[in-house]
Amino acid sequence: MTRPPALSLTVNGDQRRTHAASIADLVRELGLAPQKVAVEHNGEIAPRSTLEAVLLADGDVLEIVHFVGGG
Amino acid sequence: MTDQQKIASDPADDSSPDDSWEVAGHRFTSRLIVGTGKYKDFAQNAAAVEASGAQIVTVAVRRVNISDPGQPVLMDYIDPKKITYLPNTAGCFTAEDAIRTLRLAREAGGWDLVKLEVLGEAKTLYPNMVETIRACEVLAKEGFKPMVYCTDDPIAAKQLEDVGAVAIMPLGAPIGSGLGIQNQVTIRLIVEGASVPVLVDAGVGTASDAAVAMELGCDGVLMNTAIAEAKDPVRMARAMKLAVEAGRLAYLSGRMGRRKYADPSSPLAGLI
Repeated sequence: MTRPPALSLTVNGDQRRTHAASIADLVRELGLAPQKVAVEHNGEIAPRSTLEAVLLADGDVLEIVHFVGGG
Repeated sequence: MTDQQKIASDPADDSSPDDSWEVAGHRFTSRLIVGTGKYKDFAQNAAAVEASGAQIVTVAVRRVNISDPGQPVLMDYIDPKKITYLPNTAGCFTAEDAIRTLRLAREAGGWDLVKLEVLGEAKTLYPNMVETIRACEVLAKEGFKPMVYCTDDPIAAKQLEDVGAVAIMPLGAPIGSGLGIQNQVTIRLIVEGASVPVLVDAGVGTASDAAVAMELGCDGVLMNTAIAEAKDPVRMARAMKLAVEAGRLAYLSGRMGRRKYADPSSPLAGLI
């Protein structure tokens, strides 16, 4: 069986190609811990409990955020 | 009823040794909330939080650094299990941006207690109250508990309460200005009219400013730059802790009246 073609995504404003299947896979591929980030998937919040289950599709737009210092 | 009156009528109420306060069902003993921006590094930031005695820190929500994901993060230094993270909406200029940011923050941390601020312009960072009230209403309906940065307008403060604000946080002077409490009359009016906690958010430059805010009857003070930009932030954090405590005690004690002229402290009778 041949590998499926890479997906083209927009992650935090940048284009990215990936073979990650789920949002959690993508987060780990980026070197991040899924339990330390929040994800917006095509404009909707992706609840943390669903990150493993939600599959990515070509053209998806994701925002991955975390807490930083601020006043 | 003011806190002073409560003390007079029911000493067991507010004069307990810890003198704690409550916001949206969360109880805290420290009345100082500190920001986590502008520090030299995370270690200094963590040391300043420790010295301040703060139990709540404000944090911002930003994109993760995809190009360098291994960098240290705030949570490695300030443990959200020990210190309550209060996600803010700093940098948001519309209700929609602020709501979006806090929805993400809730997902990142699971907290419903949040700091809402919707700014009107970059130069003054003055709040846009129309957008702020609109965002507060939406957030409250979604189950958030918004503590709200606002103008020192007693009417706007009541409107915020009406749409679900759990704390009113008027500025004492522009964010990051360190000009001190420029609006003591309106802060006092807000304190007197509010049925939720009132905290001065922004404007404190040094310890005496924090004491002034507390002497006006505020339930707490939120600051960032006054500590982070001090030459010795950790020592200033301790100064702020003491100033907030001193101001609170002075408020509860009820200050003496002001006189136009002198009044000797030593008895006049028995003078030789």
